[in-house]
Amino acid sequence: MARVKHEGQWYGLDEGESVLDGLLRRGVEVPHSCRAGACQSCLMRAERGEVPARAQVGLKETLKARGYFLACACQPEGELEVAGAGADLRVPARITSLERLSDSVLCVRLRPEGDFEYRAGQYVSVLRTDGLARSYSLASLPHEDTLALHVRRVPGGRMSGWLFEEARPGDVLELQGPAGECFYVPGRPEQSLLLVGTGTGLAPLYGIIRDALERGHTGPIWLFHGAVDVSGLYLVEELRALQSRHPQLQYRPCVSKGQARVGVTVGALDAIIKEVCPRPAGWRGYLCGSPDLVLSLRKKLFLAGLSLKEIHADAFLPSTPPPQGGAGVMASASDASR
Amino acid sequence: MSTSVAEKQSSLYERIGGEPAMAAAVELFYRKVLSDERISHFFEDVDMERQAAKQKAFLTMVCGGPSAYSGKDMRKGHAHLVRQGLNDTHFDAVVEHLSATLTELGVAKPLVEQVLAIAGSARADVLNR
Ligand SMILES: Cc1cc2nc3c(=O)[nH]c(=O)nc-3n(C[C@H](O)[C@H](O)[C@H](O)COP(=O)(O)OP(=O)(O)OC[C@H]3O[C@@H](n4cnc5c(N)ncnc54)[C@H](O)[C@@H]3O)c2cc1C
Ligand code: FES
Repeated sequence: MARVKHEGQWYGLDEGESVLDGLLRRGVEVPHSCRAGACQSCLMRAERGEVPARAQVGLKETLKARGYFLACACQPEGELEVAGAGADLRVPARITSLERLSDSVLCVRLRPEGDFEYRAGQYVSVLRTDGLARSYSLASLPHEDTLALHVRRVPGGRMSGWLFEEARPGDVLELQGPAGECFYVPGRPEQSLLLVGTGTGLAPLYGIIRDALERGHTGPIWLFHGAVDVSGLYLVEELRALQSRHPQLQYRPCVSKGQARVGVTVGALDAIIKEVCPRPAGWRGYLCGSPDLVLSLRKKLFLAGLSLKEIHADAFLPSTPPPQGGAGVMASASDASR
Repeated sequence: MSTSVAEKQSSLYERIGGEPAMAAAVELFYRKVLSDERISHFFEDVDMERQAAKQKAFLTMVCGGPSAYSGKDMRKGHAHLVRQGLNDTHFDAVVEHLSATLTELGVAKPLVEQVLAIAGSARADVLNR
């Protein structure tokens, strides 16, 4: 039987159960959010035992070599001893400001109190002092003195609700990361870039675009920002100003619902992209935001000629509650009702 | 490409261009397969990266390269698709895309024929007959 040792105690795992679910079931507090191997908030380190390759997908080589793995994607075959959570990788940070970018989007600025290196476009896990963890993309550039997150208000959302209603400048959080492959790599300055984000999927793209421009990218840069209606658009003035300073930047705010108005395109995002950029073969693509859109666009852009290696995508997977009661039957029942 | 004796003895896989050729072929091939309405529904898996890796393993196998595929794996790997109605027409469509991909990459006709022959020999396993 598979079992895990955590802080000196052994915990048996049910058939096919992940380390994360097994520990949560027995009341052990482990930070987590997506439970799908995407957000990296459930990072742990193995001291002894075999970690399945699937539990290390997407981790940096340096972390893999040190035995780090994602607890939610780890279904060990035998015994596994964990040396602790990713706590040793966390950096404390203080909120420096909270500024509304629109009715539904808040810009949270943080100052790390320790070394924190990242590339524009990567994401971090933000941990509240009670252990609540959520991932957010970085909208800032590494040389700015604070990190910037764009947080969308999710109805009933625990982290976003807290940030909107209760958090104050000076509050302390912890950061873990960074993670993700959505960033600009210099080398082919003339290549066309296609960036598509829905909602706060704009955050990483805002960082990537400014990074590319600062590093001397000369090729066309297409930015499509999609929202349901105009109230979901933000940073419109800033992006228009950026476009007027850099004529190679083509900013296209798009909405799926509502009346046509100056400067905003109405329609389905994939159709608009196809019409404006019909042949993106040889381009580099960045896709961020709602998982459905990111996954279907990735397929469409691949079919339109973009190489899989040239498509960088971060799907903002929502948090998934752990199965209640520990029985596999419960897990499939709640899955079916979603 | 020279035609030394060593070259003539090398495997079909090497003569087609080895791993770099497979890497180039897999995207072209996978794109054709995904955009073919006759068969695309068998490839609805959203994990494109993983699927592209599978396509590459398949290409490597039919080109006679180092591959982990066995007849038994082919049967197991396709059993669920056979239950969904996978049949000869679908198999033929895949072979058609394979042929077109290799031709597009400039692989000589006799080599393409050899690859297609190997692919054809997998038919019984793929269709679980
Ligand atoms: C890699 C990555 C990067 C991310 N970057 C950002 C970012 O830059 N900005 C940002 O605002 N968010 C981002 N997210 C999403 C973020 O991590 C949280 O999921 C989000 O803020 C909601 O958390 P919450 O605690 O407020 O809501 P929760 O308490 O987790 O959720 C409340 C309820 O709403 C549901 N829910 C939550 N989000 C959604 C959604 N999008 N669609 C449908 N149902 C939902 C939940 O399943 C739950 O039932 C990212 C996620 C990932 C994985
Ligand atoms: S990666 Fe494990 S909870 Fe998100």
